[in-house]
Amino acid sequence: MIKGRAIKYGDNISTDLIIAGRYFHLRSNFPELKKHALEDADPTFVTRVRSGDFVVGGQNFGLGSSREHAPLVLKLNGVGGILAKSVARIFYRNAINLGLPVLICDTDRINEGDELEVDLAGGTVTDLTNGARLTFGKIPDVMLRILNEGGLIPYVKKYRDIALPS
Amino acid sequence: MTLAEKILAAHAGKDRVEPGELINVRADVVMGNDITAPIAINEFRKLGVSKVFDPQRVVLVPDHFVPAKDILSAENAKLLRDFSREQGSVFFEVGNMGIEHVILPELGLVLPGDVVAGADSHTCTYGALGAFATGMGSTDIACAMATGEVWMKVPPTIKIVYHGQLPPWVGGKDLILFTIGQIGVDGAIYSAMEFSGQAIESLSMDSRFTMANMVIEAGAKAGLFSVDAKTLEYVRGRAKRPYTVYQPDGDARYSQVLEYDVSSLEPQVALPHSPANIRPVSQAGDIAIDQAVIGSCTNGRLGDLRIAAQVLRGKSVNPNVRCIIIPGSQEVYLQALREGLIETFLRARAAVSTPTCGPCLGGHMGILAAGERCISTTNRNFVGRMGSPQSEVYLAGPAVAAASAVAGRIVGPEEVLK
Repeated sequence: MIKGRAIKYGDNISTDLIIAGRYFHLRSNFPELKKHALEDADPTFVTRVRSGDFVVGGQNFGLGSSREHAPLVLKLNGVGGILAKSVARIFYRNAINLGLPVLICDTDRINEGDELEVDLAGGTVTDLTNGARLTFGKIPDVMLRILNEGGLIPYVKKYRDIALPS
Repeated sequence: MTLAEKILAAHAGKDRVEPGELINVRADVVMGNDITAPIAINEFRKLGVSKVFDPQRVVLVPDHFVPAKDILSAENAKLLRDFSREQGSVFFEVGNMGIEHVILPELGLVLPGDVVAGADSHTCTYGALGAFATGMGSTDIACAMATGEVWMKVPPTIKIVYHGQLPPWVGGKDLILFTIGQIGVDGAIYSAMEFSGQAIESLSMDSRFTMANMVIEAGAKAGLFSVDAKTLEYVRGRAKRPYTVYQPDGDARYSQVLEYDVSSLEPQVALPHSPANIRPVSQAGDIAIDQAVIGSCTNGRLGDLRIAAQVLRGKSVNPNVRCIIIPGSQEVYLQALREGLIETFLRARAAVSTPTCGPCLGGHMGILAAGERCISTTNRNFVGRMGSPQSEVYLAGPAVAAASAVAGRIVGPEEVLK
């Protein structure tokens, strides 16, 4: 079970909105880079995000660039997971590879500031504020295994292989 | 099987694959750039592996912030350079460097039938060669550099058929912008797109690269063209290793088949702030511009520069406009020089730069101030993409970008050439 508060945005939150290209030269300086997370969508995000909060989006969350900096700056700000109606595929891979859960569910029923409880294995999200109970599709085994190991690097280190369980 | 399924099955050692199936795929080429590879190298070190799986198949291209725009960018490029020297892997230095998605096909590093895992979302560009190429993040690439493999979900394929012959001044950029306008920025999410039809058969390789480049803007995992005589002609003399040509089966199953008659298509423009916000140029409105950018992995090839030069020849860039032209590779630059295109640009008062991604992602070489508008042949016009979050980017092909540079507002080429 993971618990956290919802910080809610709309559809098509691009990787440029999550971390703008103009900050990429800060590659070596993550403490500085993370201060600019979601800056162009919501300048207040970094001041109000608390550890364990969920970023909640609409359709096509994370569209655009392959920059892993996007899920990374969210994770570095303490974000516990992403909930959205649909997620762009590269962002999805990157988040899972970093050990950041991404859940596809009907986020219309979640409001800004709601307290959420997520059961990763059970596939449910409970909105503790309004009582809504949402389900998300089963996370494929390989991704669950990667998430459980804390990301792709620890996973490959442990199994010495990226081979999928057959 | 579709073209995507055939290539993936062959690289997974399977007779057939089905959409939705999770497979392990052998990668022919693993690629990264100066934004994504620094993280990938860092993660690679954590794996405790000393050597990349095959130094000839690991390609690092510093192209986004080079020639280095500041100290931190220089350090990023140095990280790639040092790693490549240590590994003996493929690396492109300034002076030999071009935009990754322009030079990899140009030098025959990517070939038909390949699977390419690239840490850049526009890796899908190589689909023009009949390859399965897809963008991933740094951690995926770190593991791929170590193992030569990636895991993938087999995507469903959307087949798109373009009927008719394209009118003059209408090219690959217009076709792909039109298509994204039709299906939306998530219209092909998680899918492969397979392009065919009469208009595609007569399309140049440069225009095919442009189309495959932007399939990610519809959320697609890959965008593929069948190999034909034009592809083989392009690859001839470039390929230094054997390759396999795959064709889709006649009874392949597609998740959707979309058909468009493009015989009267106008040049297209994407208005801010989405590549799906498409208008024909005649309906773009009266939009004054401050800057025009011609270049990038989308439209920085010789064919694009020839079109821009056709429009700019004997004309002058509007005094209110900065026109920045960026050849995509040293080879494109040299050929443009030989053909007199560079002189045409300079005489028209355009600025010509060494190859770089430059302003496309807001890096350097033409960043926008608040309130400024740019027409650009690049691929994204999201808020803040080219600089200030209060600036605006309009996407178009090279004909419209060059014509708009002359007119000072967004127009089609016929308006400045009449």
